[in-house]
Amino acid sequence: MAQAVPAVPAEQRLPAVRESALLRTLRRIALYTGVRVVVLFITVVIGVYLTILIANMGGYVDKLLEGEITEKVALQIMGNQAMRQLPVEERNRLYEEMVQLERQRLGLDTPFLVRSLIYLQNALTLDLGHARQMSSDSGSRQVRLILLERLPSTLVLFATSNLILFFVSVFLALALSRAYGSFFDRLVIALAPTSSAPGWFYGIFLLLIFAAVLGILPYGGMVDAPPPSDPLMYALSLLKHLILPVMALLISASAVSIYNWRTFFLIYSSEDYVEMAKAKGLPSRMIERRYILRPTMPTIVTSFALTLIGLWGGAIILETVFNWPGLGRLYYQAIGQTETPVIVAEAVIYAYLLAITVFVLDFVYALIDPRVKVGGGAKQ
Amino acid sequence: MNRLKSTFQEIARYPSAVLGMVIILALVAVAIYAVIAIPYNEAVRLWQGGEGVWEEYPRLSPPAWFNWFASKKAPETIVLKSETGGGKKEAVDLSETSRAITITFTFDYSYDDFPRELIVFFRPRYPTSTESPRQTFASLTWITPDGREIRLAKINLRPKEVYHISQDSELVRRLEKFVPPGVAIRPQDLVPEKVLFLDPGQEKPTPLKGTYTLILRGTTFEAGADLDATFVSYGQLYGLAGTDHYRRDLMIALLWGAPIALSFGLLAAFGTTVTTMIIAAIGTWFGGIVDGIIQRITEVNMVIPLLPILIMVGTFYQRSIWVMLGLVILLSIFGSGIKTYRAIFLQIKESPYIEAARAYGASNWRIVFLYLVPRIIPMLIPQLVVLIPAYVFLEASLAYLGLGDPTLPTWGKVINDANANGALNNGQYYWVIEPAILLMVTGLGFALVGFALDRIFNPKLRGV
Repeated sequence: MAQAVPAVPAEQRLPAVRESALLRTLRRIALYTGVRVVVLFITVVIGVYLTILIANMGGYVDKLLEGEITEKVALQIMGNQAMRQLPVEERNRLYEEMVQLERQRLGLDTPFLVRSLIYLQNALTLDLGHARQMSSDSGSRQVRLILLERLPSTLVLFATSNLILFFVSVFLALALSRAYGSFFDRLVIALAPTSSAPGWFYGIFLLLIFAAVLGILPYGGMVDAPPPSDPLMYALSLLKHLILPVMALLISASAVSIYNWRTFFLIYSSEDYVEMAKAKGLPSRMIERRYILRPTMPTIVTSFALTLIGLWGGAIILETVFNWPGLGRLYYQAIGQTETPVIVAEAVIYAYLLAITVFVLDFVYALIDPRVKVGGGAKQ
Repeated sequence: MNRLKSTFQEIARYPSAVLGMVIILALVAVAIYAVIAIPYNEAVRLWQGGEGVWEEYPRLSPPAWFNWFASKKAPETIVLKSETGGGKKEAVDLSETSRAITITFTFDYSYDDFPRELIVFFRPRYPTSTESPRQTFASLTWITPDGREIRLAKINLRPKEVYHISQDSELVRRLEKFVPPGVAIRPQDLVPEKVLFLDPGQEKPTPLKGTYTLILRGTTFEAGADLDATFVSYGQLYGLAGTDHYRRDLMIALLWGAPIALSFGLLAAFGTTVTTMIIAAIGTWFGGIVDGIIQRITEVNMVIPLLPILIMVGTFYQRSIWVMLGLVILLSIFGSGIKTYRAIFLQIKESPYIEAARAYGASNWRIVFLYLVPRIIPMLIPQLVVLIPAYVFLEASLAYLGLGDPTLPTWGKVINDANANGALNNGQYYWVIEPAILLMVTGLGFALVGFALDRIFNPKLRGV
């Protein structure tokens, strides 16, 4: 019994210590999460507000709008027989009234600074509002619908090409890092500089060869016009239109992507513990999985996550070159028509996606890499 | 100096880098030549000049060296000016006030295809004292190599008279009788620039090779009046680079594209990397709130996408290439590079030599600029070189979207022009390929050197 006496509190003390350690961890994680969320949110707010300011040209868009209104009202009065016959003073009064009404409708009577804050609030609550001129193919002015209509086409093109690119380059690079100095390794090194040209640039060459000279693939667009009604034919037509843009992206990005991953894996595979594993005679598959892929996982995951959010927005110029009806071209068209609601909508969604990804990645790191502690590095 | 020399010796060990250096040097040479041969103002004037500057050039013509590879020789442009001896000019006084002026243009035509267009530009000169001059009267006669004579037109010459032979409807109406018997001509080929050159010996419409003559007989009705003229037979090919839809010689844009691309790429790459590095160094050294602010600004900057902002500014405010350059640098100062540099500076900050510097009382700025920054320069140089083509292509991207500099000719703008005018659909491939190849070569040159430098300066990569 005498021996048991100290044992009991010890047994009781141990879970208590554990509990307080868990509590401390939880508190640390909660504090870290809170701070992180606030910081990221402020980042998004500032980024979106700057975009709103630029997209409204610091209030200059208002002047364009007012010009449009006066013109529209003047035309309305000229076109109306009854109004034209009114006396001049009466007509002018009517004109002023209508202009004022229209300005009120568009909210132009409040100062821009106030309105910019309203825009900011709407954007942050994802109340995307209505476009001024632009409409979706189904005829809706709702920005949400316009974006949703374009999203699938961007996803088809960029999900196909970026996912192919990502997985192919990671796996090829892993293979090449083992076959260091081989013919293919040197080929990749030699080809890496070709990636200095962007995808749209290769797109022009591909269009020249396959569309203009050979005439076997279409110049652009997403499906034949009119779109085939048969789902199978539709898919085939889509596939035919997909070949060139995907090829352009792959040609431009693959060499340097494989090269970078290869170099990255090589640096990790010359670590002492890898040499040690080799010396122990472990099979190379196991070495790859346990000693090379494991410690490089955070980088791979980050890169993958950034690839995924990079899908939003597509690529403005590539989509323009190939006449692809995606979000990138929408962005460009929106800028061309000073369609601020659409511009701000695309920007705010991108900002949110980026912030969420950055936030989630912090926790993913802690999950996949035991050396990382959530919030542990904050003080350093 | 020695270090520079050894760097060059190392570069020479990489054949790809040597190729890259050769490309860069060639580009620099072209850029210097362009700036000297066609001064800035002249380049802008030529590129902006309308028909006045380019009226004697054929429209949309591939380069003349296409003929070297073709079995059928496409016609080149023939320009004959009476002032410079291109045409023989004779004048006979008829009376006090009237003179007969004959200008004879003779030229050899030995091509396998018809010209695109035939135009006579008249430059009648009337004494300045008269407000509305009594116009000189001119008649034109075409003589084929086999001696057939074709009357073209009779015109009263206004001060800047241009006679489009190809579009003379009166001539087109009576054209059928000038078709030699035995030539089977389709109705759509019944145009002056073809009929005037027809070979009577061939059934299929073929141009007759030999010496053609265009006689221009003018009669002046005022004392002191004179007449000069230019005859242009527009070919299907022109010059070293060809021409665009405004008849502009593409050579100007191709030449001037080099200095613009190089200066834009260099300044942007230099401006962004150096400022980013210095800011990262300052943030790391001072730490605390300074570092915090820099980190937060960097994160805000990451949310704002570069290209859309550039497009917005280009569309809404200004498209000048220098505004774009400034904006690119401004938006990239707090770029993602700061995070990379910061990680390296954090390591360097703890090194013993920094501690030593602090011990002898070096000031903060001295440490930042003399001890921290120089350590990272070897890492910076390859990155700077690799970034140059990225910015060259950024400029081309903006130009492709129609946001190129409004006055300067650049490679991207040529591609944009070509695309806007359907060059690929119309088979004018030279128009797209020429600037595209130059861009490609520029990008490749810098990338080759950059990748080699990366391996030279970063010994960690050298072993692998």
